[in-house]
Amino acid sequence: MSSPEKWTHPGPDGPPATAAAPTAEQVIAGLKATDEGGADLVQLLTPEGERVQHPDFDIDISAEELRGLYRDMVLVRRADREANALQRKGELGLWVPLLGQEAAQIGAGRALRPMDMAFPSYREHGVAWCRGIQPTEILGMFRGTDNGSWDPVEHRFHPYTIVIGNQVLNAAGYAMGQKFDGKVGDDADSEATMCFFGDGATSQGDVHEGFVWAAVYDAPLVFFCQNNQWAISEPTERQSRLPLYQRARGYGFPGIRVDGNDVLATLAVSRWALEECRQGNGPILIEAFTYRMDAHTTSDDPSRYRLSDELELWKLKDPIERVKVYLVKQQWADHAFFDSVEADAEQLAIGMRDYCVNLPDPPAERMFSQVYAEANPVLDAQRDEFLAYHAGFAGGEH
Amino acid sequence: MAAPTMDPLTSATPAAKQTLTVAKAINNGLRAAMEADPKVLVMGEDVGKLGGVFRITDGLQKDFGEQRVLDTPLSESGIIGTAVGLAIRGYRPVCEIQFEGFIFPGFDQIVSQVAKLHFRTQGRIKLPMVIRVPFGGGIGAVEHHSESPESYFAHTAGLKVVACSNPADAYWMIQQAIDSDDPVLFFEPKRRYYEKGEVDTTAAPAPLYSSRVLRTGTDATLVTYGPMVRTSLDAAAAAEEEGRSLEVVDLRSLSPLDLGPVYESVRRTGRLVVVTEAPSESSISSEIAAKVQQECFYSLEAPVLRVTGFDTPYPPSKLEEDFLPDLDRVLHAVDRSLAW
Repeated sequence: MSSPEKWTHPGPDGPPATAAAPTAEQVIAGLKATDEGGADLVQLLTPEGERVQHPDFDIDISAEELRGLYRDMVLVRRADREANALQRKGELGLWVPLLGQEAAQIGAGRALRPMDMAFPSYREHGVAWCRGIQPTEILGMFRGTDNGSWDPVEHRFHPYTIVIGNQVLNAAGYAMGQKFDGKVGDDADSEATMCFFGDGATSQGDVHEGFVWAAVYDAPLVFFCQNNQWAISEPTERQSRLPLYQRARGYGFPGIRVDGNDVLATLAVSRWALEECRQGNGPILIEAFTYRMDAHTTSDDPSRYRLSDELELWKLKDPIERVKVYLVKQQWADHAFFDSVEADAEQLAIGMRDYCVNLPDPPAERMFSQVYAEANPVLDAQRDEFLAYHAGFAGGEH
Repeated sequence: MAAPTMDPLTSATPAAKQTLTVAKAINNGLRAAMEADPKVLVMGEDVGKLGGVFRITDGLQKDFGEQRVLDTPLSESGIIGTAVGLAIRGYRPVCEIQFEGFIFPGFDQIVSQVAKLHFRTQGRIKLPMVIRVPFGGGIGAVEHHSESPESYFAHTAGLKVVACSNPADAYWMIQQAIDSDDPVLFFEPKRRYYEKGEVDTTAAPAPLYSSRVLRTGTDATLVTYGPMVRTSLDAAAAAEEEGRSLEVVDLRSLSPLDLGPVYESVRRTGRLVVVTEAPSESSISSEIAAKVQQECFYSLEAPVLRVTGFDTPYPPSKLEEDFLPDLDRVLHAVDRSLAW
């Protein structure tokens, strides 16, 4: 199989650049929705739970640390399933499932240091968990009581961004600021930024512009693309001819494809990339090759556009199961541990249910508050008129 | 019910009538346009295999193929920018923007190219393209899924902007928009997608860029469009029970505005309430108020009043019932107008 390099730089005997449509093999090797990550995939723990070596990336992981990653993944999956169920019961307007992407998000999230910054899209419930945000704090925006309730400054975790790709430029700017503030280099207080987006977003101008800006300013920014193979109904081949990680080359920085269902590999590559950025060698693109096991959102019906065979293939690559197998094989965890994680997960779910159904509706005046940092007499007048009107219904039939 | 009053949104003349939802009416309209002209393309995110997230393009790719119904890359600037090129090349693209809140990555192309090419080239380039935009709130959605951005486009010279409110208009207006040699922003009231009404498929009820009196009345005039037409008609029906006769005008075209029927109405009723989901500042409702006071100054018994969304970001959905004009707020404004 000719490498993608050949179709971007055809040799004298190669095909002309204008005939660069990928072959079926090339498509299967990394473009079409597939479970094959290709030869460049960084993997440290196989789906069967075998620990494998990689020449460039490895990680020293203690039993305690791996148990922690396992616990993180089980808990965020349980939280995700609980939120999905709450939507089905009518307690949430919508939910955006992360099912299947736990390793990508926990690996990346646990690589972040407290002073690093993260910019999510809207599926990063696992990264939020790693930033110290409780799943309950995410429920409000899907119940319609708020637009995200965590403090983005305190947690160094930006609000969810729904418009596809917008946050990538915002992250580039934040990372530029880290550099301008002298937080890049050998000092212990050096910082980096990680920006999350999906395969679909890579078609947006904002993402390409983010690549350009971060490169031009040597910004300490890790672009973390979760390629979950599907942008609602469109497979990755609708977004790119080239495997996504290879795009980085054109912008002048490294791109690495990691097994996004392998929490060890994701953690190792993310730690490396963040450290490179803190040292001033950013930006870096990581493509976490994973799979959206559930629908795009609870409003979506994937049976209309994808085959269940594909889902079955990916079930064999489950991010949690392989860690469990490895923990058992290494005798790093016993039944009591797994039972305690299950019990914690159940407690978390119970807490979410209680919290969700008791979330109070916001007062009407919330609409008018915090629209501006400074006073706005026009809006104040509108608010007063509305509140007077609203008060007219007090005790009435409204 | 004996001899009910004909509901102007849902009743057609008894010729070739079909009962359709707004969603199905647009789907049928698109199909008719694609059958009539092989140059008509449909393009957007998830419009092909999935049939769009609201299923407005359901079945079109299956019947017309992937070259006429394009599942595009996830890029609104790309959808609109390439539609410009396709239009220059002789196609008539119909772009779908999945939700109105996602139109802004394509805003540059709309304002800088779509709106200006005809003028800049002295008419040598025509852009017969349609940009379909589901808009408005009331569906309990998350951010960027419930907004009313139509004033931005009506404010931009070179664009035509229309909004349908019912199945019959949906069926005909989409075809008329595709037929138009000017670029048309076609706003679809997403919370009314599944409301049914009769569609007469033999004749369009009115030209595209015309407003339409949907209910005649004598005491005050309500002017509205899109999702607020249903709200306004309901308000007029409720007012009738209290002995008040309200006239309801569906603007249908937001740019150009066809205010002749509004002036005629206001000269009779002397009172005008403009109802929109969009916020009020520098908006279509401001424009109507300005023009009506200019044209009907001596007929007005009260100032033009507006019932609109507030000048705030669209709130979390638990507050949208407070944000969106409803029957009570419309009638409250009518009361104020009548008591002036």
